[in-house]
Amino acid sequence: MAKKQAVSFKLNGKEVDVVVEPRELLIHTLREKLQHTGPHIGCETSHCGACTVDLNGMSVKSCTVLTVQCEGAELLTIEGFAQAGELHALQEAFHLDHALQCGFCTPGMITRAYRLLKENPNPSEEEIRYGMAGNLCRCTGYQNIVKAVQSAAKKLSAQAAA
Amino acid sequence: MPGDQTELERELKLEGVGTSRKRKEDARFIRGQGSYVDDIKLPGMLFGAMVRSPYAHARIKSIDKSKALAVPGVVAVLSADDLKPVNLHWMPTLGGDVQAVLADKKVCFQLQEVAFVLANDRYAAADGADAVEVDYEELPAIVDPKKALAPDAPVIREDIADKDNVGHGPRTHPNHIFTWDAGDKEGTDAVFASAPVTVREEILNPRVHPCPLETCGCVASFDKVRGQLTVYMTTQAPHLVRTVVAMLSGIPESKIRIVGGDIGGGFGNKVPVYPGYVAAIVASIVTGVPIKWIESRIDNISTTGFARDYHGVGELAADKDGRIKALRFTALADHGAFNAHVSATKLPAGLFSICTGSYAIPKAYCRVDAVYTNKAPGGVAYRCSLRVTEAVYLIERMIDVLAQKLNIDKAEIRRRNFVKAEQFPYTTALGWTLDSGNYQVALEKTLKAVDYEGLRREQAEKRAKGELMGIGICTFTEIVGAGPTKVCDILGIGLFDSCDIRVNPTGSAIARLGTMSQGQGHATTYAQIIATELGLPSEEIQIEEGDTDKAPYGAGTWGSRSTPVAGAAAARAARKIKDKARKIAAHLLEVGEGDLEWNVDRFRVKGNPSEAKTMKDIAMAAHTSNLPDGMEKGLDATEYYDPPNMTFPFGAYLCVVDIDKFTGETKVRRFYALDDCGTRINPMIIEGQIHGGLTEAFAVAMGQAVPFDENGNHLGNSLMDYFLPTAVETPKWETDFTVTPSPHHPIGAKGVAESPHVGGIPCFTNAVVDAFAHLGVTHMDMPHTSYRVWQQCKALGINKR
Repeated sequence: MAKKQAVSFKLNGKEVDVVVEPRELLIHTLREKLQHTGPHIGCETSHCGACTVDLNGMSVKSCTVLTVQCEGAELLTIEGFAQAGELHALQEAFHLDHALQCGFCTPGMITRAYRLLKENPNPSEEEIRYGMAGNLCRCTGYQNIVKAVQSAAKKLSAQAAA
Repeated sequence: MPGDQTELERELKLEGVGTSRKRKEDARFIRGQGSYVDDIKLPGMLFGAMVRSPYAHARIKSIDKSKALAVPGVVAVLSADDLKPVNLHWMPTLGGDVQAVLADKKVCFQLQEVAFVLANDRYAAADGADAVEVDYEELPAIVDPKKALAPDAPVIREDIADKDNVGHGPRTHPNHIFTWDAGDKEGTDAVFASAPVTVREEILNPRVHPCPLETCGCVASFDKVRGQLTVYMTTQAPHLVRTVVAMLSGIPESKIRIVGGDIGGGFGNKVPVYPGYVAAIVASIVTGVPIKWIESRIDNISTTGFARDYHGVGELAADKDGRIKALRFTALADHGAFNAHVSATKLPAGLFSICTGSYAIPKAYCRVDAVYTNKAPGGVAYRCSLRVTEAVYLIERMIDVLAQKLNIDKAEIRRRNFVKAEQFPYTTALGWTLDSGNYQVALEKTLKAVDYEGLRREQAEKRAKGELMGIGICTFTEIVGAGPTKVCDILGIGLFDSCDIRVNPTGSAIARLGTMSQGQGHATTYAQIIATELGLPSEEIQIEEGDTDKAPYGAGTWGSRSTPVAGAAAARAARKIKDKARKIAAHLLEVGEGDLEWNVDRFRVKGNPSEAKTMKDIAMAAHTSNLPDGMEKGLDATEYYDPPNMTFPFGAYLCVVDIDKFTGETKVRRFYALDDCGTRINPMIIEGQIHGGLTEAFAVAMGQAVPFDENGNHLGNSLMDYFLPTAVETPKWETDFTVTPSPHHPIGAKGVAESPHVGGIPCFTNAVVDAFAHLGVTHMDMPHTSYRVWQQCKALGINKR
C-alpha cells in the first residue's frame, strides 16, 4: 500500500482536507470520507454518469478521477446547489417536470445539466440530448429530463436578463 | 368556514385520484439526500467483497486464504466450509430450489460466489479478494439449453441429481427442472390437423438483464446481545425476504427487520434473495459487526437477476380469413444453474398462459420445459410479471406472421380476432378471465392518430423505390396484480397485500403498506387514493413502506402489483374508516346514518347541506368521549386484500421505423403508445412510467443481450457492451389513453408500469420485420442492432449500392 497523501480542495465553497491513498477515487472520498452521498456509483466504468460532479468548471465522472488529482480544485456536487434553502432552477424544474423516478441518476443529471447550461445557455432539444448522453437513466426515458433542462434554461435566461 | 368553499375547490384541495400531483419523493432526491443502501454507514462496519469463479463449471479442489488474510485491513475470509457449521452454505430460492451461498465443492456458472472477504474498507476487501487462491478443475459446461437434456450431458447440479422433483413436478433428467403445460392438447392438435391455414415460427427472447442504475447490495447488522438482525437492502419484497431469512437462519421472524430505504430502480432485479445478502448476514452473525456488501456493475449483469432466455415455438391455426382457431406455443426456458426464478408455486412458468393475448381463440395449448445450464440464476423477470413479455411477444409476433401468410393487413387481422367489448368478462381458452377491455376502440384511436392508411401508402411508395420502412402494431393484453391467493403463493405465502391507516386527532393520517417503491412514486399516489376515499388532503397523508417493523405484511412491488393489490387494500382500509366515520357523524349530528350523504370531505344531512361534519371534525371526535355508546376510540383500519382476479391492462401501440439497407441502421421515426390501465390515479406518474417502460422496451428490442461463448464465459457484462440507451438513441414517445375500469378493483384501477415494456418489445420487432415483409421475411430475432439488421439485408442481397 502506497503512503497516504494529504489533499486539500474546495467542496461546495468550503475548504476541505483529506488524507487518502494515491489510488483512492474521488467518488469514494466524497461519499465515504466527506459524507457527500449525493453523487452515486452506478457502474465504476465511466459509463453511467451517476457520479458526475463539477471539477474546476468541467463535468467529470468522479469514479474515474483520483482524489490526489483534486489538490487545490474547486468542486461542486449536488449538495451545493440549493442556496440559503432556495432550490436551483434545475432542481425545481426536475421536480415540476417529473424528470426523476427512482432518483439515483438525478444528482449526476442535475450536475451535468448545470455545466451544460453554463456552456450553452439556450440549447436545442438535440443539443440537450447530446450534452446529457454521458448520464444514463433507466426510469424516465429522458423525455422529461430534456423538458426540465429546457424549462430551467428558460428560467435561468430570464433571471440573467433581469 | 369550510362551507364557503365551493365543492370543486374542496375537491381540488384534496389532490386525490385523477390529479397530476407533484411527487413527494422528489424533495430529497433533487438535493442529493436520498438514502440508498450504499449511503448507509454503521459504526464498526466492515466491507465484504466476493471472490468469484473464473469458470462456468468446475470442481473446487482447494481454497487458500492465507495470502488474503495477510493483506492489511482484511479481517476474515469466509468460504462454504465456514458456513457449514451454521448450515448457511445453501439457501432456499423463491423458485422452490436451493442455491449455494458460497460454492460448495463446485461452481456452476461463471462469477459464482466462492468466498467472501471482510475488510475495513472496500479497497482492502478488493485486495483481499484478489489474494484468495482457489484451485479449480474445469468441467465441460452447458450453455445452450437445447443441449441440456442430452443423455450424455454433464450433470450440473450434483447436489440434487437424485431428486425426482425440485418443487414443480416430476423431472426426467438431472438437468431438467420442470415441465408445465396448460390448455387442451388433444383438442388443439385436432384443430391444427384440419385447419385451412397454419403458421409456425421459432422465436427467441434472448437473455437480458434489468440493469437498474443502482446495483444490489445490503448492510446486515446482527446485534448479538438482543439477538436482533437488521438488514438494509435493495429489495422489492422486504417481507418475503424477512420470511426467507427467518427460514434460513433460525432467527425468530419477529427479531428480523428488513429495511428497503430508497431503491435506485428494480425492474425485477431486486426481488430474489441473492448469495451476497446471505453472505453479509452470515458474516454479521459470525463477527457481530455490521457488514456491507455492494455489487459491482459487472457482478450485477453477470450474476443477479437475469431475465428471459426463452426459446419459443409459436403456432397458429386459422381459417382463410385469418380468424384464429387454435394456438399452440411451447418454450424451452433456460433458468441457469439454480432455479431462482420468482414464481408462484402453482405457476412455475409464471403467467405464460396469458399468451392468447387480446384475441378470442377457441382452442389453445402451451407447454414450457425448464432446464439447468451453466449460466447465472435469476429472477427471470424484467419489468414484467413472470413470462408475460415472452407470452405477449409470441402472440403479437405470430398474429403478424399469420397476417403476412394470408396477405391481410396487420391492423385488420387484429380487428377480426379481438375479444369484443361486449364479451367481457371473457374467459380465455387457457383459463384467465379478462376483467375488462375495449380493444378495437383503442386500436382505431391509435390508427387514426398516426394516419395509418397514409403510412401504408408511404410505405408502398418507399418499397417501390427500394427503401425500407416498417410499421409495427401491437395490441397487447397484460396480466398484472398477483394475485389471488388461491392460485398465487410464494413458498406457501399468498400474494395478498396490505394497508394500515391511522387517522390522527387533527385529521392527518399515516398509511403503511406491504409494497416497496423503487421509483414508482407510491408516497404520492397511495396518498391520492386515500385522500379521495377519506376526504383528507393527500398533503397530510404520510405513506410508509419497506420497513418490516412498521408496515403490515405484503408481497412487495413487482409485477405491477402495487396498485392492483396494495392500492386496493388502501381504498378498502379507507372505506372501513369511512364506515366508522359515518356512525360518528350520525351521532354528532343526531340523525340516522341513512340520513347522511357523503360529499367530498364530509358527511352532510340530506336536504340540509349546511348540517355537516367534515372528516377532520370526525377525526377529532373519534379521540374524545363524545362517541356512540360502546364504540372504540380512534380512527384506524387495516386491510389485507386478497384480489378476486388479476387485472388486465391493455394498449394499442404503433411504431414506424426507417432502415438504411446499406448499414442496417434502424431509426425509430415515431412511436405512439395508447394505454388503458383503467382508472388513472396520477396521469403525470403514469405517463412517466410509460416513457420509462418504452425506453426499456427499446433497449431490449434494439440492443440488449447477455452473450456467452461455448465455455460459459461472459462476452459482454459491463456497460461498455450491455446496451443502455442514452438520451441520444432514445426515441421520442407519444402517449395516449382510454379508460376502461377494472370491474373488480375497488377504484377500477389496473397496473401500468409494465405495459409499455411488454407491449413495446413486440411493437419494435413487428416494425423491423414489417420493413422486410414484402421480401418474404416473417421473423427476425432480437436484438435488432445495426449489424444484425444489416446481416438480414445482406442475406436478401439488398445491401449493395
